[in-house]
Amino acid sequence: MDAPHSSVTPEQIWAWLGEVSDPEIPVISVVDLGIVRAVEVLNDEECVVTITPTYSGCPAMQVIADAVTGALRGHGLKHVRLVNQLSPAWTTDWMSEAGRIKLKDYGIAPPAQQVVDISGLTAGVKRHSLPPKPSVACPRCGSPHTELASQFGSTPCKALYKCLDCREPFDYFKCH
Amino acid sequence: MDDKVNYLLRLGDNALILSQQLSQWCGKGPALEEDMALTNVSLDLLGQTRLWYEYAGELEGAGRDEDKIAFHRDAHEFKNCLLLEQPNGNYADTMTRQFFFDTWHYFLVRGLCGAADQRIADIAEKSLKEVTYHLRRSGDLIVRLGDGSAVSHAKTQAAVDDLWMYSGEVFAYDAVDQAMVDAGIAPPADELRAHWLEHVGEIFAEATLAMPAPDAWMQKGGKQGVHSEHLGYILAEMQFLQRAYPGAEW
Repeated sequence: MDAPHSSVTPEQIWAWLGEVSDPEIPVISVVDLGIVRAVEVLNDEECVVTITPTYSGCPAMQVIADAVTGALRGHGLKHVRLVNQLSPAWTTDWMSEAGRIKLKDYGIAPPAQQVVDISGLTAGVKRHSLPPKPSVACPRCGSPHTELASQFGSTPCKALYKCLDCREPFDYFKCH
Repeated sequence: MDDKVNYLLRLGDNALILSQQLSQWCGKGPALEEDMALTNVSLDLLGQTRLWYEYAGELEGAGRDEDKIAFHRDAHEFKNCLLLEQPNGNYADTMTRQFFFDTWHYFLVRGLCGAADQRIADIAEKSLKEVTYHLRRSGDLIVRLGDGSAVSHAKTQAAVDDLWMYSGEVFAYDAVDQAMVDAGIAPPADELRAHWLEHVGEIFAEATLAMPAPDAWMQKGGKQGVHSEHLGYILAEMQFLQRAYPGAEW
């Protein structure tokens, strides 16, 4: 069977979604964040976008869903269906390299590029065999001498750190 | 009621009642970091509640969505364990309750990742990283409080002794839990309990806290809807708006 004729391509939709900002961190897009998992074009006016939540209680998810739908409607897609996909669970590994740079320039330390190894905890949760704490560089002066100030920060996805060299407190986008 | 629906409601009710309790610390935490942590954990649990309720409502097929399930049931219809409705008390009480719950929750959710029900496995997979973060934090806090000053040690030991009798209900499986074990969904109680005792023992040793007897008599009844008076006050506050103005929306 031939694919239905369509002048809107998935690439075009990805590009449009690349202009939809994260409501909490406006310098990165929902595509940079890695929460858009799939795009399917049904015809000129209809598409399906699969998104995955960052944290199950993230209050921004509804705002993000509305922003995605609104942006695509603005480009003429009358019917935008959003599919909420839980598995595989979102991980900060899906954040784009461009997104990491934008975060750092904005003053938020990007997530360390290793997720918590859950499979390594199978025999129990041995405190002393937990993965080492991430090494977080100060986004302002670049110093690796930083210290965790609070395990939670201004949004569910961030923790608070402080730099021991330039003394600045800063947000760290938690590795998840 | 269908066993699976019942089981999903228990999962959701545990998360919702603890979430509601933690949210009451908002603006009153002993330090800004603690305030943010408790409310963020509360938010994670609320998100997980919605996922469990949503699935329960779909399976039940009676037209109840997550809000109806949360706001339009009376105390005897709630299936949360008694531990979670115990008062916030002082900070040692709150953190001990959290640590007992987080340890069980971590091993439970890890087991549910392999459930023979794809939707349950997906929700568990989504929750696991959050739950792991919660457990690390509450274990750290128990060590800091237990191995802290003479006052913090005494208060934490008192909290452990008071709350211990509520720690065993999660392992007291009834016909509903057993049906979920048989269906390849829930992990067996003895396996969860062994992990729980091991981890709690390890943290207590580091925290210089005395561990009460594992075979002590345990309170139960919450899973069957038999609650303490505390739940009524929690629900009265949580449900007020929807009871007074049914269907009100933001």
